Amino acid sequence: MALIDPSALQTIEAPAMHIPDGFLSAPVAGAGFALTVAAVAVAVRRTNRTLGERSAPLMGVMAAFIFAAQMMNFPVAGGTSGHLLGGALAAILLGPWAAIIVMSAVIGVQALMFQDGGLAALGTNVFNMGVVTALLGYAVYAGTSRLANGRRLWLRQAGAFAAAWLTVQASAALTAFELAVSDTSPLSVVLPSMMGVHALIGIGEGLITAAALSFVTATRRDLLSTGVAVSEE
Amino acid sequence: MKPRYVGLIAGGLGIAVLITLFSPFASSHPDGLERVAEDKGFSGLADSPPYELISDYVFPWVDNEDLATVLSGIVGVLIVAAVVFAVGFLLSRAGAAQRPNPRGGGSS
Repeated sequence: MALIDPSALQTIEAPAMHIPDGFLSAPVAGAGFALTVAAVAVAVRRTNRTLGERSAPLMGVMAAFIFAAQMMNFPVAGGTSGHLLGGALAAILLGPWAAIIVMSAVIGVQALMFQDGGLAALGTNVFNMGVVTALLGYAVYAGTSRLANGRRLWLRQAGAFAAAWLTVQASAALTAFELAVSDTSPLSVVLPSMMGVHALIGIGEGLITAAALSFVTATRRDLLSTGVAVSEE
Repeated sequence: MKPRYVGLIAGGLGIAVLITLFSPFASSHPDGLERVAEDKGFSGLADSPPYELISDYVFPWVDNEDLATVLSGIVGVLIVAAVVFAVGFLLSRAGAAQRPNPRGGGSS
């Protein structure tokens, strides 16, 4: 049933850093689901104890922003584009556990409603782009923030940029390993090319993350206390 | 719910919807993984999805492609916001119910 003229689909590329079905072997896809379910279970347990009254609105707004920003593919070199992942940003503003819930919901809706990322690959996609980015992004930002003593804005911005860039590299490397283990492409081929392309895309991720942190700092500094930006509970 | 949260939600969703208005101008080049899959010759392994709702971020039944893209963005923004807000609300309520004395405690 063709609802849309197929030629229209040629001109608009799906913003799909997301792995489609067919790229992953069953064991890799299964392991992705197992790891993601475990991570979400921990996230639910942890947020259950710590979420305050204002957390739900903040998480909803964060999810909306990340969904919208993921549609805005920006060009990088060589006829290639990239888009925000957002895991590092969500973790910086909300903490890692709430960020995992936000990212799971965004990537889940993208797969179920927008056919962006495969259904069998959903667990792996959430793990790569939501779980790893949230945990690593939080760790890197919290570390640099502690060094900066939470004061100097430019140091926190640099920490946010570094956290965001590293999460994209980690996500790209992980995807490459999964593709290699699935016999989709040899590691010696897919790892350097994934890391190379995403080294550029990560700059965009870093700039957007640092800018968003600055925007929230400037407009609603009070909101930062739920994440690591000011203090940790 | 306190009015400042209403402002936060309206402002935040407003920014997200504003971003989707620019989605027709997003780069249409293949993104990172698509580029690698094409260059390294494994893009053909991708399976077609078993069903399509708002596939490729193009809202069905709308002829104008830009409008269809923006509409899909607005629908997506509202759905993810509603889902996450509902989950967050349930989690924060469950947490509050577990705490014996939510008004007490020495947190500043």
